[in-house]
Amino acid sequence: MNKDKVIKNDGVGKVRSQVFTFDSLKLENAEKLGPVSLAYETYGSLNKDKSNAILIAHALSGDAHAAGVHEGEDNPGWWDEFIGPGRAFDTDRYFVICSNVLGGCKGSTGPASLNPKTSKPFALEFPLITINDIVAAQKRLIDHLGIEKLLSVVGGSMGGQQVLAWLVKYPQSLCSAVPIATTIKHSPQQIAFNEVGRQAIMADAHWKSGNYYEGLPPSKGLAVARMIGHITYMSDKSMAEKFGRAKKGIGEPFKFTADFEVEGYLRYRGDNFVKRFDANSYLYITKAMDNFDASGGKRFEEVLRGTKAKVLVISFKSDWLYPAYQSKEIVKACKLAGVETTYCEIDSTYGHDAFLLEVAEESHLIRHFLKKVFYAYEVTGEYGA
Amino acid sequence: MAHKDIQLDHAVILDLIRPQSTVLDLGCGNGDLLYLLIKERNARVQGIEIDEQAIYKCVAKGLNVFHGDVDSGLAEFSDKSFDYVVLNQSLQQILHVDKVLIDALRVGKKVIVGFPNFAHYKSRLQMFFKGRTPVTGALPYQWYDTPNLHFLSITDFKSYCRLKDIKIERSVYIGQTKMIPFLPNLLAQTGIFMISK
Repeated sequence: MNKDKVIKNDGVGKVRSQVFTFDSLKLENAEKLGPVSLAYETYGSLNKDKSNAILIAHALSGDAHAAGVHEGEDNPGWWDEFIGPGRAFDTDRYFVICSNVLGGCKGSTGPASLNPKTSKPFALEFPLITINDIVAAQKRLIDHLGIEKLLSVVGGSMGGQQVLAWLVKYPQSLCSAVPIATTIKHSPQQIAFNEVGRQAIMADAHWKSGNYYEGLPPSKGLAVARMIGHITYMSDKSMAEKFGRAKKGIGEPFKFTADFEVEGYLRYRGDNFVKRFDANSYLYITKAMDNFDASGGKRFEEVLRGTKAKVLVISFKSDWLYPAYQSKEIVKACKLAGVETTYCEIDSTYGHDAFLLEVAEESHLIRHFLKKVFYAYEVTGEYGA
Repeated sequence: MAHKDIQLDHAVILDLIRPQSTVLDLGCGNGDLLYLLIKERNARVQGIEIDEQAIYKCVAKGLNVFHGDVDSGLAEFSDKSFDYVVLNQSLQQILHVDKVLIDALRVGKKVIVGFPNFAHYKSRLQMFFKGRTPVTGALPYQWYDTPNLHFLSITDFKSYCRLKDIKIERSVYIGQTKMIPFLPNLLAQTGIFMISK
């Protein structure tokens, strides 16, 4: 592989989130929601003809903080290794935007936000939003930023669902799309895992039909949902490599403590998650993922026909939550619709998490693909290279 | 031509392809042929390749490629959706040759096939005198470590075309560095055919 990655510095440095608020959004189910706020971050700068903007769509538990570090914090954004000067999303070249999804809990309007009618949190009064609604809200943000046509929309997992929704809803508003480790629509297995997560939350006595904002949140339920999630994000092999059957061997022996490393890891992940995530958001967002069907009940190639956007589809060999065959279905539809497409199945053992972790291979694909779209060349480099 | 050291088989195939054509390359490797077709023929091209590292090289060139095997990659293309389908040095590595060739003839208006000639005299000599499976420039692999699943001669391919009612439009025979004008089944290392149905 061509190792032309040059990291000039430590990424985009200090960043902070902004909020864009607009009056109202008409949802797919015809309900009106408003006012709507979206938290977002940008990296790099918009060029004169506004042709270098890339929208990054986050996954289920992600947020607007994709890169750099917030004041007073140590941890960089969730896709930091991909965003910055010289990185795949080269901020010397491109203007990168990431916003927290509608229905989320990291600065955007969601079930934990105050309902203007009651001045209390929406809780289950919040309307059932869809991936298309999430994308419609993003489109408002992009309009607000004065961008007519995005250079690309990119995202993995649920972010990939948003990419497909952009491709279908606003084909004129993007030059390219990069759906990663995603699917046209969830399989029964994917819905099943999400449903177990939701059931865990709703079985928590603290959930109280969603009205927990004045008391204790359903932390146990949400932690279990997150633990299930983490199992599905890894692979048999990555778990074996990371934990084996190693035991923690600390503290007094007691029945049903977290003896194995893997148990401790899952508990840690679950407990950490409840500190930063709202259980009702988890319910709403997972439901939006399950209900999503990019083809809208038609054949996906029919929906895509006429699309001028170029598409790069990426999957990972060991991803059993969003298996490669689902990415191949996207590729197949692109083929039949005559959409210019590149597809790569990266040989990774990380499972679904690979889209966050396979930095070198994924960066290579994204970097060259974006360059081709941005500079509009047919071919580059040398014969024999 | 500005590019140096162009492989002879690539030069031959380039000659067979008309400008502004659409080309599907099955087993496109690192995309060199597709690169030439864009530069020299202004072609619209698509590659299919099984090797992941080769995909990275194709993407670095800006080519559109699908990561996958040729055996299952053709079914999804509609009839006559490409002017040319190319199978250069990949035919002998495909599991179901017959099925792929018939599908290639459905998807492409013309199909260009290039393969190592198993009946080249050097192979014959190794078989006859040493009693060994041939290892030559065009067939450089040991029997226990080869990507090749099929071994065919130029004569084999011609008789296959006759049997299947496939029209051979052009045939070019080459050695390592030059064209082979006569006795191709004995003297040519590689046969390149343009066929149609």
